[in-house]
Amino acid sequence: MWDYVKLVVYGVIAVLAAIGANYAHDPAYMVNALVVMLAAAIAFVYELRHVGEVRVHPANEYMDGVVRAGVIATTFWGVVGFLVGVVIAFQLAFPSLNLGNVTDGVLNFGRLRPLHTSAVIFAFGGNGLIMSAFYVVQRTSGTRLWGGNLGWFVFWGWQLMIVLAATSYVLGGTQSREYAETVWYIDWWIVVVWLAFLAAFVGTLVNRKEPHIYVANWFYLSFIITIAMLHVVNNLQVPVSIFSSQSVSVFSGVQDAMVQWWYGHNAVGFFLTAGFLGMMYYFVPKQAERPVYSYKLSIIHFWALIFLYIWAGPHHLHYTALPEWASTLGMVMSIILWMPSWGGMINGLMTLSGAWDKLRTDPIIRMMVISIGFYGMSTFEGPMMSIKAVNSLSHYTDWTIGHVHSGALGWNGMITFGALYFLTPRLWNRESLYSLKLVSWHFWLATIGIILYASSMWVTGIMEGLMWREVDANGFLVNAFADTVAAKFPMYVVRGTGGLMYLAGGLIMTYNLWMTVRAQPAKAVVNANNAVPAE
Amino acid sequence: METYSLMRAFADSWAMAVIFLIFVGIVAWSFRPGSRAVHDDIANSIFRHDKKPVGEAEAREMRAKAQRQAEEA
Repeated sequence: MWDYVKLVVYGVIAVLAAIGANYAHDPAYMVNALVVMLAAAIAFVYELRHVGEVRVHPANEYMDGVVRAGVIATTFWGVVGFLVGVVIAFQLAFPSLNLGNVTDGVLNFGRLRPLHTSAVIFAFGGNGLIMSAFYVVQRTSGTRLWGGNLGWFVFWGWQLMIVLAATSYVLGGTQSREYAETVWYIDWWIVVVWLAFLAAFVGTLVNRKEPHIYVANWFYLSFIITIAMLHVVNNLQVPVSIFSSQSVSVFSGVQDAMVQWWYGHNAVGFFLTAGFLGMMYYFVPKQAERPVYSYKLSIIHFWALIFLYIWAGPHHLHYTALPEWASTLGMVMSIILWMPSWGGMINGLMTLSGAWDKLRTDPIIRMMVISIGFYGMSTFEGPMMSIKAVNSLSHYTDWTIGHVHSGALGWNGMITFGALYFLTPRLWNRESLYSLKLVSWHFWLATIGIILYASSMWVTGIMEGLMWREVDANGFLVNAFADTVAAKFPMYVVRGTGGLMYLAGGLIMTYNLWMTVRAQPAKAVVNANNAVPAE
Repeated sequence: METYSLMRAFADSWAMAVIFLIFVGIVAWSFRPGSRAVHDDIANSIFRHDKKPVGEAEAREMRAKAQRQAEEA
């Protein structure tokens, strides 16, 4: 009965999407409608072939299939996101790479930039967070993922969101809100998938057999709840038509800007920090084979982040129409945030105390440690840049981009790579990784790549800031904007090279993980669903 | 006083004090007597159920142990 209801629902969605494509006001909406139609058709055919089958969810086994799919998706979207990043980095250095005459603007920097940010944050980072949350919450709760196939709905729903967003961006669909560019109907789809994610996660916690909730789950849970809240408020939009991707924000003026950066900074705080701290608090102790240095410190770290992060957003709007007090509040809270961030960094690093020799022998631990190092570095740099005097120099310059990437490539990227290297042999039941030497290659390529990236952005950012404010004896500006663009060229090439190295590291990781599954001897099967074919 | 000023005055006095005290309370609670054993136990929980979910019998045992710990503390 339930199977037939699903068939009807998929069929209706496919027909409605076809109608939507027919009436579409803009190409982004039309292509998105066609993607939805296709997805519904695939789901329909899949469902049709499995009607009446009994779906088993054995309570004495973990649900690892969806985590395995997540590992594959994280790796895939990671490489795609890094590749687009390298392309747009070289577009900035060599504008002819925009191919404006050939592609009619579809591959312009302006279209590819949100594609890059969404691919790395929401596709690579998001898949990494979802799959690791599913892995960690099952292990630390000692129980199977709640909700039957709900985990699979979250996985496929998230991939659909990524495809919709990507096809929308290149065709010009955008809300013009940074890190929230997805248009209104994709926003609503994200809400649906996200609530399913929340339900699967909380359901598993409720069923837990361990009396206490391990700290990593606290971080994951705060990330899921806060992102749901931020996402809904920041995307309160009125569509101009149900057949258009265009919409109008319900807020206006400075309130709108403040809501956007309340969202924007807390997307950093809860998506890119709290979520990945969940990874840190599980995978670092596991890989080091010793419990976290101080559990008390982890509790203080958690609550201090929760209480402080939400206030830090206004530092994105210094010297604007935002009231002075709000801007000062944002700055002060950002500076206070430095302390708990470093508390967390110390907690992560000191987990290795008594096992520092592992740094020499285990390149995965090395990767995790450098990621914690970058967490510490960018959580120092961030508060410093939030100080109004510093911000007056750094704002709107490439320094900001350098800061974001030392956090994203260094902290988020490296901890995710560490988690992928940790998970792949375990999820596919392999003795060990294919090659530790290749992990070392990945480590050094990525690290040197980040250093090239960050240092070139410091140089170009500070140079740019100083050029913009330079005035002559009569008070006239010395430099035109185009002068700064010309002066930045060498640094842009260095930045692109750094990105290229980071991408090369990602490709090496992909090969290594592939060969781990493909060529490493299998261990004895524990869960029935571990017995997957080796490809 | 118009609503904005009233709410602002409330936000940066009483509301801020309450939030701050809640935070201090949470930190103080984590240092309560007997918390060390509990925290050590949670910190080590990640090494326990790597391969398979907890069975019913084991779950009962764990609940009993947690009960004993709570009574001792």
